Parts: sequence; structure tokens; C-alpha cells
Amino acid sequence: MDVNVKINGKDYAVKQGMTVLEAARVANIDIPTLCYLKDINEIGACRLCLVEVSEGGKPFKMVTACVYPVSEGMQILTNTPKINAARKTNLQLVLSNHEKKCLTCVRSTTCELQRLCNEYKVDEDYFKGDQPKFAIDASSPAIIRDNNKCILCRRCVAACKTMQGIGVIGANDRGFDTHIGCQFEKDLGDVACVNCGQCIVACPVGALYERDDTDKVRAAITDPTKKVYICTAPSVRAQIGECFGYAPGTDCEPQMVEALKMLGFDGVFDMNLTADLTIIEEANELISRIQNGGTLPMMTSCSPGWIKYCEHYFPEFTENLSTCKSPQQMFGALMKTYFAQKEGIDPKDIFFVSAIPCTAKKFEVGRPDQSASGYPDVDVAVTTREVGRMIQQAGIDFRALKGTEFDKPFDFGSGAGAIFGATGGVMEAALRYAAEIILGKPLEKPLETPEIRRQNGSDDGYRTATYKVGDLDVKVAVASGTKNAKQLLEDVKSGKLDVQFIEIMCCPGGCVNGGGQPYQPASVRNTVDLRALRASVLYNDDINCDIRESQKNAAVWKLYEEFFGTPNSHKAHEVLHTSYIKRGL
Amino acid sequence: MKKKLTTVEFRGTPEQEAKLLAVIAKYEGVDGKMMPVLQEAQDIYGYLPIEVQKIIAEKTGTPLEEIYGIATFYSQFKLNPNGVYSIAVCLGTACYVKGSQAIIEEISRQLGVEVGSTSPDGKYSLEATRCIGACGLAPVMTINGDVYGRMTKDQVAGILAKYR
Repeated sequence: MDVNVKINGKDYAVKQGMTVLEAARVANIDIPTLCYLKDINEIGACRLCLVEVSEGGKPFKMVTACVYPVSEGMQILTNTPKINAARKTNLQLVLSNHEKKCLTCVRSTTCELQRLCNEYKVDEDYFKGDQPKFAIDASSPAIIRDNNKCILCRRCVAACKTMQGIGVIGANDRGFDTHIGCQFEKDLGDVACVNCGQCIVACPVGALYERDDTDKVRAAITDPTKKVYICTAPSVRAQIGECFGYAPGTDCEPQMVEALKMLGFDGVFDMNLTADLTIIEEANELISRIQNGGTLPMMTSCSPGWIKYCEHYFPEFTENLSTCKSPQQMFGALMKTYFAQKEGIDPKDIFFVSAIPCTAKKFEVGRPDQSASGYPDVDVAVTTREVGRMIQQAGIDFRALKGTEFDKPFDFGSGAGAIFGATGGVMEAALRYAAEIILGKPLEKPLETPEIRRQNGSDDGYRTATYKVGDLDVKVAVASGTKNAKQLLEDVKSGKLDVQFIEIMCCPGGCVNGGGQPYQPASVRNTVDLRALRASVLYNDDINCDIRESQKNAAVWKLYEEFFGTPNSHKAHEVLHTSYIKRGL
Repeated sequence: MKKKLTTVEFRGTPEQEAKLLAVIAKYEGVDGKMMPVLQEAQDIYGYLPIEVQKIIAEKTGTPLEEIYGIATFYSQFKLNPNGVYSIAVCLGTACYVKGSQAIIEEISRQLGVEVGSTSPDGKYSLEATRCIGACGLAPVMTINGDVYGRMTKDQVAGILAKYR
């Protein structure tokens, strides 16, 4: 049912139950917000979305648009001198105890507070509040918190608790002492944080950011004794354009590769290749577990945030995790064993970088049992944002690049490898191969599994499907976001869900929505389905790829022929598999 | 004021834990149960140390940080136990203008106990209170119910000596 409202004097019919904020968007008016994130943080705290409304002929009053519902006949004013003055005062109050080091802030030009202060022409020193000095929490290998920049909007808290169902951060103490922190003032590196980085992309200001590892990469590139290689995860090509003003969902693979080559890497490789390698190893592991009575259901192990979540919150399931390393770690292991041997390079002279849409990968590179050559498989993992920063700082005109191709011999991954970056993609890729092994012959056309792809723009709950392959029923389940993973695992525990193979990705929607993705302001996050747009790049890559199955990627079989022998061989186990830790809380 | 974490060793008994579990069970499925659970837990233990908050977190499926956030928000919740000698100095208006801030600082210095916390051996706790209604005696402090009025800084050592 619709209700009739007047917004700035014009009539609109909007859906009942909408907030004034949503109704204004129908009228193409973007009301400013700092704390509001649709569905997860609707608390009316920042008071930036103030508007004037009149209901039932009563005088106009000021309300917060983000939580105030529309009513029949409501009159809404979004741009009056009174509102502008109130918003301006509120911004000045926010600034009164904000550390205004905007010149060098990691969020300068992408900061939502900075933008609004500019628009409202605030006097940044109007109120001089107490500025408590907080120590920067740099205890985590992935996420850094600087509470001096924090405006207490609680978007990070909502991302952690409401969206991911984890809740390791929250507001402690009260009044001027209020600060976001962990239980009993522990540092982030000492609590059961999974490093997903969803708090970072939720933050409107520079209070949360990834550990910047770009200096290490630059130092390695200038070191004449090092050979420096980089591989890029499937999702990076789908997001990097956003750092250079492209609309979300623009595939920038060729420009990305060219820009990386210009940065001086000795080789730029495609991680889709080791996604394919993961599929070969993982599908064989699954079949072996089914045939030999191994621990089932088997669970995917590509997402390091999910791995850490499992180790902390469901340690009873660590035997269920596939022992396959993630594609990032497989790539590094491959570089420092197979590639080093083939090229006659000492693995200690190889500096291997992975470009990923993920902050948890920064934790993963330092995990034990991830050093196949005796040296860490991956030296540094840099997020899409850091790659964007490096390109920008080098003065490379990204938008003017014609683009080029990945370097041989690791220049090609199949369509199955490409879709790793979206929820359901690893499962779909694995099934395309597993079906062929079970049937003992190739399928007529690549299997597509729409049932386990993301449905209707939602990431709630989990999806299950049963695929009949020959005489065998292959039962699978897929979840993304740790809150949904929790529900899935509890259903496995209670016996309600009986499947053989489970795919879990830590971030809602998968890597395309990872914590290392380019920043998008709340106005975009609240109105655009970023996950779907970015995932569309990967699904287009798949459809347009001549080879859509991992097992048809000749480059992968060449690795077995020259180095590993067969899938799951002793050598493959040494180089491509790993182990887990029961961490508990 | 920012709450201080305790350095006093936890001495909870199995009886106390059984009582706490009964309280948690009593409120199972009740909306907004965390306030009464924390209040009753504090009645049982006298304060809310990490050991107690962890039990509540685990049994109610609530993140420990959320519980800690509540415990540090409300002034009624204590993170430090009362000491064997519980010292409270009034910082109400009358006492404050008569110099009670200097007195509390002196006690803190002599005992090595921060305001709002308890000495690691559990012997002394030091608290700043609002007006206790004895303004005629300002500045005033109490130790386990003994009242000391018209305090001066030089009296502190002598009074504390009685509680050593």
C-alpha cells in the first residue's frame, strides 16, 4: 500500500513503512547520514539526517529521517535554513573532539565526514572539545584501529555483531570516555576477531584501516637481489576500477595487469589458475573422503576469515575443513617450489605478493604450515585498496591504459576459477569437476548451479541443493557471512542438515564484498547492490571464457605432469595442503 | 570516569557459580535479561570480573564484549571487588570545595591504589563517592562505615595506620 506525502512541496506516493530517508530517495534527494547503514545500523545517533515534518496539520518538527516512518499526508522539508543550521551544528560537535589530521588521513577524499563538512562549510574549530588521546591499536596483522578519528557512529560495531554475528568490538565506558574497543580492553589482535575487515568498509572516517604493506612491496621491487612477482585474485579485477572512478561492476583486468607491470613487478600472474588447482585438489579430496570414510561434510578452505572463524567458534569442525591451502597460498607455494626450480631461482630471492580483496589474507600469510619451500609461501598480501594506492602514487594514468595480458606461464584460469570470488562459486566450480570424475566422462556442457548462487540480492541464511550425478546424490550447502555460517554449522551439528560438501565464505556475498575492497560511501552501500554488480563481472568472465571447467585448464595438468604427479599425491600434500588450529575463544 | 580493570585474583566458589547458573537459567528466553542477570550476578560475587562475565557470555550466547560494554556503561556495575577495607572519599560539592580531591589523591599515593580500583592483594579499595549527606563534616571519608570528618591531608597516614 502507498501513502501520499509532500516532499519539499511536491506530491509523491511512497510505500507504507518506508522511512522519511527512503521516501526522500524516491524524490531523488539524498539526505546526509553518518551512522545509518541499511538493515544493520538504524539507530538515529548522528543527527545528520534531520528533516522537518508535519503530520495531521500539526506544526513542523525536526525528526531523524533514517528512523522516522512516513504517514499519510505527511509534509517533509529536507532543505530549510533551520535544518541546515542544525546539521552544521551537529557536524561541528562531531568535529569538537575529532582528530583533524585530514591531510595525511588514509580516508582523505573518501571520508564521509570530510565531504559533509565541506558541503556544509563548517568551522572546524567552532567548538573546542576535550580530545582524549587514544593509543593506536596496531596489534592485529590485518586491521588497525585509531580511536582518535572515531566518531562513535557504531557502524563497525553493527558490521561485526549484527551483520557477521561475531561482536568482538563494541562501545565501552560512557560519556566522554566512550570508545570502541574489545572486551576488558584487550587489543584486537588478542581477541577472536576473524580479520574480515567488514568494520573497515563500514567506517565512514579513518578510524579503521588495513595494515598498509605497500612500502614492503616497493622496497622489494627496488631491491636488485629480489625477483618480485604478484598474482591477482579473481575479484580484484572486478573492483579495482572503483579506485579510479569507474562504476562498480566494471571489469578492469587488462588495465590492472598493465598498471602492475608498470609498477615494476617481474611477473604479473592470474590467481584464477590456482583457483583451478584448488578445485582439482579439493574435489579429489572430497571424493576420497566419501569413498574412504573420511570426515564429512567437507568444508571449503579458501576463505581465511572463515578458517579463523571455524577455529575460534566451531573448533569441533576443524577436521571437516579441506586441507587444501587457499588459492593465494597455493600460488605462493608453487612459485617458491615448482617455479623456483624451473627458473633456477633460489626461493629466498623470490618476493611473492598477492593482490586480494581481503584483509584476512594478511593474517593468512603469517599462519604456520604455510611455507612449502622453507620460506613463507606469500611474503605480502595487499588489498585492492592498497593496489589502487600504489598505482595512484606511481602517477600511472589508469584510465588511459590500453591494457595487456597476464604473464606466462601462469596467465590463464578457467571460468570456474573466475567465479571463486562470489558466494557459491567455489562449490559450482568444484561440482563441474566432481561430476566428471564420478561419471568417468566429460559432461556435454559445463554444469551451472543457479540454486546455490546468491538469490534475489539477499545474503540471509544458507542455500542447499542436491545434484544427481550418475547414481550418486551429491548434497551440498553454501553460506556466506559468518552469521549465516553459524546457522549452517548449528544445523549440521543438530543433524537437521545432512550434506557432504559445504562452501563457506567469510564475507556476505563472498570475496566481491571483501573487507579489502575499495571504499563506497553509505549513500551507495545503502542503495546499490554492490555485491551483485561486482559478481556480475566474474559470471561474465565465466560465460565468455572458452574453458569453463578447471579440469580443462591445460596449465594445471602441466603442473601435475612436471611436478606433482597426481592430484593429492605426496608431493601435492607437501606443497599445497595445510593444517588448522583449535583456537577456541 | 573510565572503569579500571581489576588486578585482584578471582576467588569465586562453586556455590557462587551454581547460584549464577540458576540466575541465568531463570532468565532464559526473557527479552532484556542482561540487566537483571548482571545485577544478580553482582549480588552473588560483589562485582563483575571477567571470570563471571565469561560464564554469562557463554551461557547466554552473548558476545563478551557486549556484556563488558553494559558493565562499563552503568555506574551500578563494579569491575573491582570491595577491599577488606573499603575506603570512600566524598567528592560532593561541599567536600570538594573543602579540598577532598587532595585527600583522595593522598590516600591513593600512600596505598598505591588508583581511585576506582582495589589493591592486588584485595585489602584496600578506594572509591570517590557523590555527596553522602554529611556536609557539616566536609571533607569527609568513610572506611568500612567508620566516618572521618573535617579531614586534612596530614591526618591520612595516621588514619590508614589503623587499617594496616
